[in-house]
Amino acid sequence: MNLTTGTITGINGNMITVETDGTIMQNEVAYIIKGKERLKSEIVRIGQGTAFLQVFESTKGLLIGDKVEFSGDMLSVQLGPGLLKQIYDGLQNPLPDLAKEFGFFLPRGVELKPLDEEKKWEFTPTVKVGDTLIRGMKLGQVPEGIFDHFVMLPFNFHGEFTVTEIADKGEYKITDTIAKLKDEKGTVHEVTMTFSWPVKIPIEAYREKHVPTDPLITQTRIIDTFYPVANGGTFCIPGPFGAGKTVLQHILSRYAQVDIVIVAACGERAGEVVELLREFPELEDPRTGKTLMERTIIICNTSSMPVAAREASVYTAVTLGEYYRQMGLNVLLLADSTSRWAQAMRELSGRLEEIPGEEAFPAYLESRIAEFYERAGLVELNNDGFGTLTIGGTVSPAGGNFEEPVTQATLKVVGAFLGLSRDRANARRFPSIDPLESWSKYKSFIKKRLVDDARDLLRRGNDVNQMMMVVGEEGTSNEDFQFYLKSEFLDSVYLQQNAFDEVDSGSGEERQKFVFNYVKKVLDTTFHLENKDKAREFFNHLRQQFIDWNYIPMDSPEFKSQEESISKIITEYSEDEKGL
Amino acid sequence: MRKVYNKISQISGNVITVNATGIQNEELAEITSQRGKSLAQVIKLDHEEVSLQVFAGSRGISINDEVRFLGHPMQVTFSDDMLGRIFDGAGIPRDKGPTLNENMIEVAGPSVNPSKRIIPDRMIRTNIPMIDIFNSLVVSQKLPIFSISGEPYNELLARIALQAEVDMIILGGIGLKYDEYMNFKMVLEEGGALSRSIFFMHTASDPIVEALMVPDLSLAVAEKFALKGRDVLVLLTDMTNFADALKEIAITMEQVPSNRGYPGDLYSQLAARYEKAVDFDEAGSITILAVTTMPGDDVTHPVPDNTGYITEGQFYLHHGYIDPFGSLSRLKQNVNSPKMSRKDHRAIMDGMIQLYAQFIETEEKRAMGFRMSDWDKKLLKYGGLFRSKMMDLSVNISLENALDLGWEILAECFTPEETRLRTELIKEFWPKK
Repeated sequence: MNLTTGTITGINGNMITVETDGTIMQNEVAYIIKGKERLKSEIVRIGQGTAFLQVFESTKGLLIGDKVEFSGDMLSVQLGPGLLKQIYDGLQNPLPDLAKEFGFFLPRGVELKPLDEEKKWEFTPTVKVGDTLIRGMKLGQVPEGIFDHFVMLPFNFHGEFTVTEIADKGEYKITDTIAKLKDEKGTVHEVTMTFSWPVKIPIEAYREKHVPTDPLITQTRIIDTFYPVANGGTFCIPGPFGAGKTVLQHILSRYAQVDIVIVAACGERAGEVVELLREFPELEDPRTGKTLMERTIIICNTSSMPVAAREASVYTAVTLGEYYRQMGLNVLLLADSTSRWAQAMRELSGRLEEIPGEEAFPAYLESRIAEFYERAGLVELNNDGFGTLTIGGTVSPAGGNFEEPVTQATLKVVGAFLGLSRDRANARRFPSIDPLESWSKYKSFIKKRLVDDARDLLRRGNDVNQMMMVVGEEGTSNEDFQFYLKSEFLDSVYLQQNAFDEVDSGSGEERQKFVFNYVKKVLDTTFHLENKDKAREFFNHLRQQFIDWNYIPMDSPEFKSQEESISKIITEYSEDEKGL
Repeated sequence: MRKVYNKISQISGNVITVNATGIQNEELAEITSQRGKSLAQVIKLDHEEVSLQVFAGSRGISINDEVRFLGHPMQVTFSDDMLGRIFDGAGIPRDKGPTLNENMIEVAGPSVNPSKRIIPDRMIRTNIPMIDIFNSLVVSQKLPIFSISGEPYNELLARIALQAEVDMIILGGIGLKYDEYMNFKMVLEEGGALSRSIFFMHTASDPIVEALMVPDLSLAVAEKFALKGRDVLVLLTDMTNFADALKEIAITMEQVPSNRGYPGDLYSQLAARYEKAVDFDEAGSITILAVTTMPGDDVTHPVPDNTGYITEGQFYLHHGYIDPFGSLSRLKQNVNSPKMSRKDHRAIMDGMIQLYAQFIETEEKRAMGFRMSDWDKKLLKYGGLFRSKMMDLSVNISLENALDLGWEILAECFTPEETRLRTELIKEFWPKK
């Protein structure tokens, strides 16, 4: 096939203009040929005989007249066994392999194979000759770490296919042909264990999409109890800088009870990714006994890496997530931060001289964000069974102001809003999720009525606190004052969680139900306390007991004894017990 | 391949346009005008139209002045001879020493492969308790000092430069007043640190485009030293001037501004510089401390806002104190855990700040004339002690002494239970009377 070529006629930052007379397509990948370097780029606009390309690498040193080769394909990722444990850049180049070959710095114009094509996988067929399949259906499976990786009929195979040949059980490379299938017209197609898929097109090789209902246990109390996330749902974490977005994302990636976690570090600090990629291979996943890395894929396009690849990284991540969802797994995608992705769109839009919308973001910002989150979901697979992809994105609003376009566009499409507050972060109340502003449309594993009661109390305590700012403590009734103390109590012993304590950092469903029960008991009890100082003293003491309790493992004997001493304090001061 | 052109077709702001062929993106050129020679850099190519930003500014450039393309992008010399020397924003010596043009290296090189980075876990002690206890500075950290004009940020920077445990210092001055520049020089000279320092100095009277080059030059040199195994501390002051220079060029180039006139890629531009901070696997490190003045004391202004999202925390300098609330070192967890530091470090850090937050609330209540409860009185006493003994910038004590001091202050004001600290720590550290 003759590839279309062109020549550069303009360079403006990471955007180049190319003159060409061949056939080109929107979003097609092209390469700028610069000696040995092949700089990857993508067509973003087509004009009269010219193409506008965003270059995924630095354009330093390019010349007018440099040659450009068009590839005929859209920007794609390679799918197949071996994706887990990988650390990719936004264009699916494996970063450790790049480091092995090129040292400390990222080279320009180099592409490495995303998957190991030499490695052999133990393939077990699950279909036989004569079976009829549609796309996304399973041909067989290979073990990939702790999972059975499905080898599926590629998602771009439209229509019905009949198996004419299938490989026997045995070891194969991903590029070996493992099946031959005949389409409705009788043409035979060969299938290997790997195929590519364009990242900007959602994978829809499933029967039906359902409404997500099952809670995704994150082991963070304020989320699971108060503002839960569902498997297959979406959520966003907006917050000003320093409010703890990334720490929260790390906690989620570590403790969330899902099968696979994909972390897309999009335009954020390199140091944060380093923590993941150095720590995860060491940390044990309590559910499987293997390291956390076994269930993780990291897509890493940090802030100093080329801007255009930042936009691609989000799509790369979601495509990999959809791929594993097709195997009936629960996948969690954490994108940090979607604002950087939006900014990458803004930079490009500016260079294309498009008419700017609010804060110079392009007019299509909202629809792009909606499209992205809509790729999440609980789906019924063509093979029976269900798979989920949950998407959580952080948002970094300029100035911490949630009124800005990216936050607003995101809020329209997500199912849960975990807003971080700078005031809480400044007061070292972590996780700094604002318990009054946040919301969730999903169901918690604790009864809604109980949670609502607790939330009302928080609101009431907050009102009392506001009022005390005006009228002072002496102008507040003892009753109101107790509400205030109770809300503070709930905040410090339940909403706050110590991310650096081995026990407190992850609190499972059983423990949450158990402890919440006790917290609720405190909230519902009227205590006999003569004056405000006494009341404050009492709650300080109770709080101390609960916090110590939070640090004790649930299966240890001290857990029980601490529970008893807490029980005793509650009974002792309870008005009901004294018959008052 | 040195091409000479002498037909400038357009001059707008500090950007000139020449018709030329075979020119690389970001290539350097030398312009000879009646004011002398100046460097210029290609920033846009459109067919044969080449736009260049002129480092010395476009004043006095005539349309038939000579433009000579150098065939390479911006470079800077690199050698041990640079220590103790002072250069300007074009990399030319501004002290009276000899010109260095051996071993030229490229500036603004490629970014570091994240998989070659390591988790930094070495604390840089400064003997300033507000930093060492509450927001420890860590090797390879990038940290801005958010401040407003009039605050002693440059003094703080100079003091950190003197006291910090690092191998060498590179100071990048951007739009610095001349007397501030001389002051830095004097302080480092008196402290005996000048011989391990390199200055890249752009003063307020120098051409604006040179301001853009200072961070790149400083960091390119720092990177080379770090690769040779040195721990380098890069001080940049003031990055707001850098951002303003970016804005000026962007507006001249008729780019659509995004927020208060700043270009849409402000975040990426700042990140490209700050992300040079690194702890290399099996080599040295770069730590960046940068002053960012907040116009109108507004942290939501685009420059501090974007900076905050890039850097690993920030120090707020307010009324001569490092503000314990806004200030944050995101890497402190790596160095203040019981394994890496004293085991009460974290507890003291969190406990004292939570109480200080309550003190602030109480102080507000008092200002409104409310009756103070016993608890309020305790908080007021605590707040006063905390300010005078910990926050004052003149306090100069080691981390361990500062932690002991923390316990003393707590014991002087509260009962153990009121501090919310964990019982086991209280047993071990609570001062016995």
